[in-house]
Parts: sequence; structure tokens; C-alpha cells
Amino acid sequence: MKTVSALLANYEETAAIILFVIGLSMLLFHGNLIKKLIGMNIMDTGSFLFLASMGYIEGRKAPILVDGVQSAEAYINPVPAGLVLTGIVVSVSVTAVMLSLSIRLYRRYHTLNVDEFYLLSRHQLEDR
Amino acid sequence: MGFIRNFPLFTIIFSLFSSVLCMMLTGRRAQRYTVCYECFLIALTGAVLWYVCKTGEAFTYVMGEFPAPWGNEIRAGVLEAMLALVFLIILLCSVLGGWRFLLIDVEHSKINLYFTLINLLTAALMSLVWTNDIFTGYVFLEILTLTSCGILIVREIGRTTLAAVRYMVLNLLGSGLFLLGVVLLYSLTGHLLMLPMRAAVSEIVAAPGGAVTVTFSLAILTIGLGIKSGLFPFHFWMPDTYGTATPTSAAILSALVSKAYIFLLFKIYWRVIGIEVFETLPIRRILFGLGILGMVFGSVSAIRADSIHKMVAFSSAAQIGYIYMGLGMGGPLGYVTAIFQILAHAVTKSLLFLTTPRLARVSGDSLLFQNLQGSGLRDKSAGIFFTLCAFSMVGIPVFAGFSAKLFFAVAAVETGDLGILFPTMLALAVSSVLNALYFIRTVIRIYTAGRGGADIYAPRIYAAEHNDDDTPDSFPETETLSGRLSYWIPALALTGMNLFLGLFSWVALDFIRRGLAMFA
Repeated sequence: MKTVSALLANYEETAAIILFVIGLSMLLFHGNLIKKLIGMNIMDTGSFLFLASMGYIEGRKAPILVDGVQSAEAYINPVPAGLVLTGIVVSVSVTAVMLSLSIRLYRRYHTLNVDEFYLLSRHQLEDR
Repeated sequence: MGFIRNFPLFTIIFSLFSSVLCMMLTGRRAQRYTVCYECFLIALTGAVLWYVCKTGEAFTYVMGEFPAPWGNEIRAGVLEAMLALVFLIILLCSVLGGWRFLLIDVEHSKINLYFTLINLLTAALMSLVWTNDIFTGYVFLEILTLTSCGILIVREIGRTTLAAVRYMVLNLLGSGLFLLGVVLLYSLTGHLLMLPMRAAVSEIVAAPGGAVTVTFSLAILTIGLGIKSGLFPFHFWMPDTYGTATPTSAAILSALVSKAYIFLLFKIYWRVIGIEVFETLPIRRILFGLGILGMVFGSVSAIRADSIHKMVAFSSAAQIGYIYMGLGMGGPLGYVTAIFQILAHAVTKSLLFLTTPRLARVSGDSLLFQNLQGSGLRDKSAGIFFTLCAFSMVGIPVFAGFSAKLFFAVAAVETGDLGILFPTMLALAVSSVLNALYFIRTVIRIYTAGRGGADIYAPRIYAAEHNDDDTPDSFPETETLSGRLSYWIPALALTGMNLFLGLFSWVALDFIRRGLAMFA
């Protein structure tokens, strides 16, 4: 009961970890390359949610000085938001590269299933 | 003099700039530019090494003048400068030594883009070596992943793309876990710079229950980087990846990229967690065990391999096992030897990956063992260099591989822990025997007279060398002088480094010790 209430109290982090695990298992166990990619994005989103929820503190304002209030207690932590932005850029570029790889593979083997690639590639003469 | 403190940053910034420049040059010019540029970087890094040796202390370069705990930092000590220097020299040798194969494997109009990737990869390597900020580490880790995938897929055969997809999926898994580990550590400590993180971590570990959370975050980080660097049991992607890449890429991927990941992990253990705290955590023992398993199973897989590239790739898995064993062993000499092994393996494996395609070239472009018979007699220089590398891998005295094994044995004795001493000695003995089995077997095979696959017709190579579309009748036996030099110079340089590490290993050890003293 104690664990459940702890998990509910930190529901954002719990959700983030659940998302991460869903993405991780999709990336690992799904045969379809596009679904693997979707899994990767979900996994990254889990991490970003974790970061974003950490940066936000209820009842505080965006870290822009208003009315000369200089106390750090008045504002939220802006660093996690910056990290999330960087992470999103990284995630987008990785996704783009992976999608272009998928296109190349699809043109060659006419499938997106990872297991079928290996079956097909065994019959190719050029593969020594 | 103080100006030298800017040099580490220059190695990153100039590399980024060079990668853009290479896009605008033609293929041959991009190659020449990259070679000159790498020489320039080697000079810069050499100056940094000289500077930190002279002042006797590491320096921190504060980016944008925001002091810690904010801002972003670059840190240069003896260890970082030495690793950066060796990495750059190996990079230069790989680019030179694989040039002729690059012309065959890569479409001519795209060669400049290959050097764009190489320069980006240099920037990422340098950042991982110099950075003092864990999130910067993550960003450049991803850049390194993307560029290494790029230099893998430039060779447009089906199997390369498949290998790249598998490599990328595993690497993305590793990156995702690394990111989660970084995020967890950040949420625990509230810092991203390594030194403030370490101060916070030591406080957390002292508190009740704190060690568990730190161990969990660190385990996730370790698994992430373990997958990326090929720690047992995550080593199965290696043969496909290294075996299908063009020689320059294979040399860079096995010698530098995996080592950069390991060095980042090493940095996290020393500078984020703190080595005293790390030694109390159970992760150390697990790494030790996995390292030993990797040494044995990597070698067993190498024995069962049917082609020389697979054999060399699995031997990489075994050698990376040595490094992790050193990390897990602990004790002052254990860590020093782990770093020494990083250097020894990088020097040897890059030359091996540059040499095996030449043996294959005179065997009908085939990497299968039965076709390689007598290839050392057909291409004498490649045969000699392969034999030298094989001796180093097996651990014949005067070569770097021997010194590494010797130091691992001494380090195990120094720990005074029987639970470490016996497994290490046993693993070293078994692994040396297994190494000897497959490397010496290959050396004997390439020097056994026979045509092997030399009669197999290899039109792809012939056409690329002769730039004509006529179908040739026989395989070319001769090679131009410039072609030979482009292999001999890097091969001699790498062998020289190998012998230096073997004969004057105390110099390298002394440097690493000094580096570690100012690393913490």
C-alpha cells in the first residue's frame, strides 16, 4: 500500500518510466522496423517527461525576473527544459537517419521485417 | 603559453568546421585536406599534452565564463591529452591506410561526404575525451553513433545496410538507457558537471538507502555504454558490423568508437561517482565477471568463425573483455592497465582491419579462410604486418599485447584478493591459449603455399583499379608505388606504436599513472 501511494504521489515519474519500458520493449522485440522506431521515440519521450516533470515546481513562475523578485524560491528550474530541447533535437535526427536507412532497406528487400531481411540477404550473391 | 588552454576546444570546433568544408571539396581534395587537418590536430593535442606535463596539473576550460556548478566545461589532463593524441594518430593512419579500398567501396561522387562524416566523428571523439559535462557527453555520444552508422553504410551492399540497422537499433537502445541513467543521476544530484555531481553522490551514498538509487542509475548507464562498446553478452553485433564495413570504417569503429564509449564510462566511474564509492558498489564485480566471460566466449566464437573478418571482430569482443576485467578488478594497477589495454588494442586492431582486406584482395576478394591460403606469400607486406599483429594479440613478448597481459596478471596479484587473482590468472591463461589457437592457425594458413582463392575472378576490384569497363582475364598481380606507400606508412607507424607500447611500456604506464593522479 505504501509503495502504491508513493507511486501515485510521483505519478509523472511513474508514467515516464512506464513509457520508457513500453518503448524499450517495442525497440527490442518488435520485428517491424518502423515500429521499432516508434518504440525508440516513445522511449525517449519517457526520458523527456521525466526531465520535464522534474523541472516544474507547482506554484512557481517561469524564471524571468518580474518586479525585481530575485529569490530562487519564486521560479522553476529552467535547466531540464533546456535538456529536453536538446534531447528532442537529438531524437529527431536519429529518427531521420533511421527512416532513411529503412527506405534503403525497403527498396532492396521489399519488406520492413527485420527477420525477413536476414533470410533474404542469405540468398544474395554479393554478400560474401 | 596560456593560449594552449584553448586547444582542446579548437580540436572540437575546427572539426565541426572541417566537416562543413569537406562537403564543398571534391573527393581527392577532401581526403588531402582531412589528412593535413588531422596532422594539425595531432600537433594541437601534442601541445596540450606537453603543456599539462610541464605544469603538472590538469586545467579546466570554462565555456562562456559561467563558473561551476553552472556552465559547461572542458577538462584536459595528461590522460585525456594522451588518449586524444593516440586516437588522432590512429584515425590518421586508418584514413591513409584504407584510402585505396575507399575508392572501390564508395561511389566517387560521395567520397567528400565520407570525409565530412570522418571530421564530424573526430569532433565527437574529441568531445567525449575532453568533456567535463555529462549531458554534453550524451549529445556527442549520439553524434558519434550517427557518424559511425554513416561511415558504415557508405559501402552500398545489402549486408552493410542490414548490419547498420542492427548496429543502430542496439546503439539506440544503449543511448536510450544512457539518457535515462543521466536523467536519473541529474534528478538525484541536481548537477550536470562532473565534480559537483561527485560531491552530491558521495553525500547521497552516505545517507541510508542512497547507495541503492545510485547503483540503479549507474547500472543503467553501464548497460547502455556496455551495449554500445560490445561488452559480453552484447557483442554479437560486432562481426556483421566490422566485417561488412570498408576497411577505414572498420578500423575506426573497432579501434576508436568503442574505446571512446569505454573511456566515457571510465570517466563517469572516476569523476561522477568517485572511485572510492565505485569500489564499494556490486557493479564492479559484475563487470569483472562479464569481462572474463567476454574474453573466453569472444575467443571461442573467433575459433568457430569461417572468415577472417569475423575472427578479427570476435577477437575485438575478447579484447574488450580484458578492458572491462581491468575496470572490475580495481586496485591502482587494474585501472592503469585497463587504459593501457585501450591503447594496445586500438593500435593493433586498427592495423589488423587495414591488413585483412589486402590479404583478401589477393585471394579473389574473399575473406573465407580456405580462399586465404597462401595470401601472405602473394602480398608479402600484408602478410608480415598481419603476423606482427597476430603476435601482439596472442601476447608474444616485445609486443603491446604481452605487456597488457603481464600487467593484468601483476594487477591481480596486487589486489591481494584470491577471488580476483584465480579467475584472472585462469582467464588470462585460457584466453592466451585460445588467441594463439586462432591467430597462429591463420598465420600458418596464409603462409601455406597454395592458390587459395587467388584464381577467383574479382571484377569489382579490377575495374576500380584500372578505371575501365573492359572485362579483364586475370587478377592484377602488381600494385603502384603510391598504393603501396599509402599502406606501408600507416602500417609502419602503427607497428612502431605497438612495439613502443611493448618495449617501453613503463613510459606509457608512467603517463597513465600521472594522468589518473590528476584525473580524480
